[in-house]
This record gives sequence, C-alpha cells and structure tokens, in this order.
Amino acid sequence: MTPILELKHIDYSYHTPDGETKALSDISFCLTKGEFVSVVGPSGCGKSTLLSLIDGLMKPDKGTLLLNGSPLTENSDRIGYMLQHDHLFEWRSIYRNVLLGAEISRKLTPETKRRAKEMLEQYGLKQFARSRPSELSGGMRQRAALIRTLLLEPELLLLDEPFSALDYQTRLTVSDDIGQIIRRSGKTALLVTHDLSEAVSLADRVVILTRRPASVARILPISFDLEEDTPLARRNAPEFKTYFNEIWKELNRDEPTGPERTK
Amino acid sequence: MNRQVPNGQNKNRALPGKKSPDFHQSDSQTQFLKKLRRHRYAVQCARVLILVLFLILWEGCARRGIIDSFIFCSPSRIALCFRDMVADRSIFLHIGVTLYETVVSFLLVTVCGIFAAVLLWCSRGLSEVLEPYLVVLNSLPKSALAPLLIVWLGATPTTIIVAGMSVAIFGSIMNLYTSFAAVDKEKLKLIFTLHGNRRHALFKVVLPGSVPAVISNMKVNIGLCLVGVVIGEFLAARSGLGYLIIYSSQVFKMDWLLMSIVLLCIMAMGLYAVIGVVEKIYRKRF
Repeated sequence: MTPILELKHIDYSYHTPDGETKALSDISFCLTKGEFVSVVGPSGCGKSTLLSLIDGLMKPDKGTLLLNGSPLTENSDRIGYMLQHDHLFEWRSIYRNVLLGAEISRKLTPETKRRAKEMLEQYGLKQFARSRPSELSGGMRQRAALIRTLLLEPELLLLDEPFSALDYQTRLTVSDDIGQIIRRSGKTALLVTHDLSEAVSLADRVVILTRRPASVARILPISFDLEEDTPLARRNAPEFKTYFNEIWKELNRDEPTGPERTK
Repeated sequence: MNRQVPNGQNKNRALPGKKSPDFHQSDSQTQFLKKLRRHRYAVQCARVLILVLFLILWEGCARRGIIDSFIFCSPSRIALCFRDMVADRSIFLHIGVTLYETVVSFLLVTVCGIFAAVLLWCSRGLSEVLEPYLVVLNSLPKSALAPLLIVWLGATPTTIIVAGMSVAIFGSIMNLYTSFAAVDKEKLKLIFTLHGNRRHALFKVVLPGSVPAVISNMKVNIGLCLVGVVIGEFLAARSGLGYLIIYSSQVFKMDWLLMSIVLLCIMAMGLYAVIGVVEKIYRKRF
C-alpha cells in the first residue's frame, strides 16, 4: 500500500538580510492511511515549517513530498490544515465561518450547506450557528475551526498545535474531544506539538525531531492495551509514563552541545 | 479643528444593566448605576451651562458697552442676521454650496482612499516605492496648493472640491494602508490553508476586517474635507460659507462672519453625527 504522505530528504532554510537559518535538514518519514502521527521537538526547531511545506504554502529547498505516491501540487485540496488559533472571523456568524473554506473553493453547494449544518449539530454547536465567535468558549471555537477544516473533506489533516492557545483544563477535554472526532472520521492526521503528553495521548507514532536544524532523531511507535482507546484513558494508563520518559530522554540527549550556543 | 471628537459615545456604549433584564439587581449594583447616571447627568448639565453662560456674558458685555459690539458682535445680532438671511433665502444657497462641496469631496476621498490603499496592499513593491511621496504630500500644507489649483482648474466648484480632497486624501491613503497591512498574518495564512489566493485574502479578511478602521478614517476625513473646502472658498468662490466669511471680513460685517462660523460649527457636528449613525448601524449588524 502506498503511504498517503511521504517525505524524502526534505531540506529548508529561511533567508533574512542577517543571513541564512537552516530550519530542516534531511527529514524523511511517511504516513499510512488512517494513522495519527505526532511530531515533537524543541520549540523553534521548525515543526510548523514542516507543516507549511506539506501544505504547499512553501517549497522545500531539496527533497520530495509525495501525496498518495504522486508529487505534491501546490495547494492540494486533499490536505486540511488547522492552525494554532481558531481565527474565526468576528464579522461572520459561526455558520458562515464554517463555510469559509467552501466559499473560497467554490464548493458552496446546497449539499455542503447541509453537511455543515449536520456537523454543527453533531458537534454540539447547532444552537450557536448564528452566534458570533466571541460568544463561544475556547473549546467550542476550536471545534468550529475543526468543522471548517473537515467540511472540505481532506484526506490528510495537519494540526499545528491546535490546543496550545487553550487553558490547561479545556485543553485536556478538547484534545480528547477532537482526537476522538478525528479517529472516528478515519482521517489521517499529522499533529505538531511541543506538549509530549498530548503527543503520546493522541498518536499511533511519534516523530521526534532534533534541535535546529531539525532532523528526525527517532520514530517511536505508540500502542496502548486499552479497551477504550481515548486520549484521556491513555493518560491514566501505566504505559503512558514510559513513553513520555522515552521521548523526554530522546529530546534532551543533545542538550549539552545545543546549537543555540554556536551563534 | 476636530474638537467634536470626544463626544462621549464610548461612555454611552458601556451602559450597563442592559445585558440581563431578568437578572435580579443587588442593592450595591443599583447604587452604582444611580451614581453613574447622576455623573453623566452632571456632565451634560455642565456642558450646556458653559455654552449658556458664555452667551449671556457675551450678550451682557456687548449691551453694556464693555466690549465694542461693532467688532465683537453679540449673540442677538448673530441671531437677527441669521433670521434676515433665512427670510431672503440667501443663507440656504451658502450652506447648500458648502455642504455639497464637502460631501462630494468626502465621498471622493473615501472611495479613492480605499481604492489606492487596496492597490498599495496588492503590490508591496508599489507601496515601498510610493511611501516617501505620500509622506511628503501628506505633510505639505495643503493651503499652499489652493492658489495652484485655481490657476489650473479655474475659480469653479471643481477647484474647491479638489481643494477639499487634497487635505484629506494622502493621510487617508496612508492610514488605510497601514491598517490593511496590520491585518494578522495568521488570518491570511488561514485563507491560504483553505486553498485561497490573495484576492480571497483581500475580500474575506482584509476588507471586512478593516471596516472599523475605514469608519474611524471617515470621521477624520469629514472634518478635513470641510477645512479644505473652506480654504478653497476663501480663494475661489462666489458663494458658500467660506466665501461669506472672507467677504464679510473685508466689508466689516462681523455678524455675517460670526454667524458663518457658528453655522460651520453646526455643520461639522452634523456631518460627524451622520458618520456616527453609520457606525452604529454597522455595530448593530455585526
């Protein structure tokens, strides 16, 4: 089976008048269909850059990106991208916010509208369809943002720390909530986060990146022996700590000779 | 010039107690609201009182000969003069001309300003190239342009409208462009992640997100356009309040002059209020 997404030796550098910063160096890994993969790494190591490259917002300097075995064309609409903040527009109602993507891709058919209403109902936002974003709680806003992304029916979901703007308690429930929504819909997902427990609680595999320039330090398969494999249940499982510590150790291995000091 | 800005609409917007009418109010809340209302009432009274006292003082001094009523005029003479000009209908012409010129130049400034700011937003190169020119043109005293405009365009209403525009347009473009450029980069990124292009970014994010900035820009522009129109009328008009001011100062008709100034005050307040209404309608809808 061809993997849904394949990264081969990706290199990327940022250019500023002060010089060049190498962000990614020789990144290779792949995602199979229906898999949930987390990418963790030290802050500022280029995790978000990686997602922007996969979404086609930027071009890698070197290497190839394959989506379903064929080279990634610009702005592929088979990929959905969820940003750190929900960015719901205050001048639109929740319903119209949810339809934004469809509006842009000229897919605003009665069918899409019906599905939007259906999803709002399914995710408990029906009575807020006409509300302004500011009337919703952080968790509900994030759910609305997820509907906006899912409405375009992407095969692959990119999640860029989508819970980091929420307070801790909301964050646990929302990541549980959204994690389950994504699992149930059978989408392939790539989550970027700096929260190790979030990564362990949600993913089938964790890709650990090194400091900048980021390269893959290790890919750690995660499996829990649980009857009901939900993110919250995982957090209480005994294996959780083992995985957490393993990632923690991997991340801190190159600590003494951090490249930050070579400025 | 735009002294009518602190009209206190912020205070009105913050009117509490409106949020949940069925909610039982505690005594301290009632007390607080009462105090707030009393304070607002006192401010209103003080405002009116200052005006009334000033008028009485002025009138009294003029009648008792403390000030020369030929030079300083008096409220009653201004009122009489206004009544006479209403009777012979000449005042409507002057008010109408000034109002027409101000509104036309304001509308042109608003449309051209938005259009130019959008162009600058669309092309970063263009905005970088033009920036120093805009800065120079914006800081240039526009009254210096008026004589030039008369030579080029003649002593016509067009000249006056262009003079009105010249005062506001450059600052307007700069302000609008700045607010367009200040739109959250992540919001633009959202559009791109939803497979949109720059046109989508403009129409879905930049323009709808900048409506408050456009309205506050309009508030500044309406005052500036009036300034420009009056400057234009000083130099190149046969009618209008600006013309009336210049003419009456030359023939020493101080009651005409002061009446025109009072009318300009009222006109400025009225135009500002119209935009306030537009803003309110927008706020209600969104």
